[in-house]
Amino acid sequence: MSQLAPVLHGVTPALPTAARSRGLGRAARDVLVLTRRNLIHIAREPLQLSDVLIQPVLFTLLFIYVLGGGISVHGASYKDFAVAGLIAVNLTTSSMGTAVGLTSDLKTGAIDRFRTLPVWRAAVLVSRSLSDILSALLCMTMVLLTGLVIGWRPHTTVAQFVAGLTIPLLFSYALIWATACLGLVSDEPESAQGIGLVILFPLAIVSNSMVPTSGMPAVVRAIADWNPVSAVTAATRNLMGNPNPSAAANAWPMQHPVVAAVLWSLAILALFAPLAVSLYRRRTTD
Amino acid sequence: MGQLMIEAEGLTKRYGETQALAGIDLTVPAGTVLGVLGPNGAGKSTAVRILTTLARPTSGWAKVAGHDVVAQAGEVRRRIGVTAQDATLDDALTGRQNLRLIAELAGLRRGPAAARATELLERFELTFAAERQVRGYSGGMRRRLDLAASLVAHPPLLFLDEPTTGLDPTSRVRMWEVIRELVAGSTTLLLTTQYLDEADALADRIVVIDNGRIIANGTPTELKAAVGGTRLEVTLSAAHSGALPALGSLVAGRVNVSQDGRRLRAAVSAGSGVATAVIRALDAVGALVDDVAVHPPSLDDVFFAFTGADVAGAGGRPPAPRAAEPSGSHSDHLRSDHLQGAL
Repeated sequence: MSQLAPVLHGVTPALPTAARSRGLGRAARDVLVLTRRNLIHIAREPLQLSDVLIQPVLFTLLFIYVLGGGISVHGASYKDFAVAGLIAVNLTTSSMGTAVGLTSDLKTGAIDRFRTLPVWRAAVLVSRSLSDILSALLCMTMVLLTGLVIGWRPHTTVAQFVAGLTIPLLFSYALIWATACLGLVSDEPESAQGIGLVILFPLAIVSNSMVPTSGMPAVVRAIADWNPVSAVTAATRNLMGNPNPSAAANAWPMQHPVVAAVLWSLAILALFAPLAVSLYRRRTTD
Repeated sequence: MGQLMIEAEGLTKRYGETQALAGIDLTVPAGTVLGVLGPNGAGKSTAVRILTTLARPTSGWAKVAGHDVVAQAGEVRRRIGVTAQDATLDDALTGRQNLRLIAELAGLRRGPAAARATELLERFELTFAAERQVRGYSGGMRRRLDLAASLVAHPPLLFLDEPTTGLDPTSRVRMWEVIRELVAGSTTLLLTTQYLDEADALADRIVVIDNGRIIANGTPTELKAAVGGTRLEVTLSAAHSGALPALGSLVAGRVNVSQDGRRLRAAVSAGSGVATAVIRALDAVGALVDDVAVHPPSLDDVFFAFTGADVAGAGGRPPAPRAAEPSGSHSDHLRSDHLQGAL
């Protein structure tokens, strides 16, 4: 029907090429712009904000003042024992925000809108991981500040202290890609949240994070000693110079917590980051 | 004919068992407005999704602004503006933040993006709400902001998917004015709508789409001529054998009688006193009249004119058996297409 009409190849793009940044710079800019957008979302959503601002304070106070009195940590102070575990627990559960954020962006059509724009395809996922690791950093800071206020102290060098913060953040970054996968296969933010809780809560708690594993039944103890959250917690405790009863456990990760925590994180990342990319591609190809 | 902004041939789209598009050809010359008219679930949004690179056609091809929508999606995206059916704005962001976000993603640097946002807020009379979160916006404000967002990068081609569905009459007319101003320039526009009057008011050409196919294609004038101008709709208390002959001299063309025989519809020439004449004629044969309406043709009437059947799902009427339907699966398609749309 259109054979006679002149075919056009030269429609000028909306913006002249000179006005755009190209290639890598362009991709980085897309990521930056979307990361900023995600952060505004976190700041404006009371629920998400409470996950990173209020929950860490609440968990810290609850565990230390309510449950801590009944938990023996082999003569050490529960406060000193608990803070590293609280960092791991809070970062683990708050990684759910990634799933919820992605599912709602898919559901509201926000991602479709970005896809009608000349945006780097992976920018949606990468920016989500960046905004969520920033909010994880904030979450961790809240635990540390609460700990400092109530008398917890690290006993270590600056370098080891920084390493002690980097390990939980690396683990958190890996978990973000895992929950991204959950978000990409969920239809509703609520169902992503429900499923996320069922997986992440046991992951956080069946570990040495809040109680020493020595008192657990043999099977549970074996699971806990191999739980990546335990490796992260033990590594943080060692690096912060805080009591680490897990050092007495025979399981390999408890004997080499720093190496185990890094390996766990890299393994999770290597599995879920490519999976998230492929799920995203599938979800947005119709 | 000038340059073609949109060119599509044999576009089909299948979602599992559902044939959302069953083969569509389109040509839209630069600087013109194409109205895609059809009921809910006809395939309008699917067509827009393909043309805006969001969905891949199952078969067929389309070139938008000179580039293939599948192979050169990136090039297409640099040349189009899209307003989706349910305004996909960011509720948590303010109006200004929404525009800056889209502007920066479209490739503007920070400074120019901010300036463009200010300019568009002004132009769409949203400056007063610029710093408010969009979740507090009214339906009309959301649509205007959404439209502004799609114009951020001065696209030569614009897609508006049902820009006034769900708006109150005042906001609707205002939206029309905005769209008219827009296309007074050189912007090419593809607009989908469920309303004949909207397509009539805004489009240079109209394609009527149903069940994934184009069932009519022409200028608004041609279309209205085919539909037959003013429509008469009579509802009787009970079916009456004398009603049809009584109307014979007053109407133009065929009279459509509902299955229960109570509702009669036909084209009339809008003269003064036409309703009075209809009631007198029916009264003379003893038919009791519950309701008489004389109104401009609706989408329903367009469908009746081209397919001899009602629009399933439009106006809350039960779907009538469809005389002109080539295969017997029409209502199934419509229903599954509805589901598709709801997803």
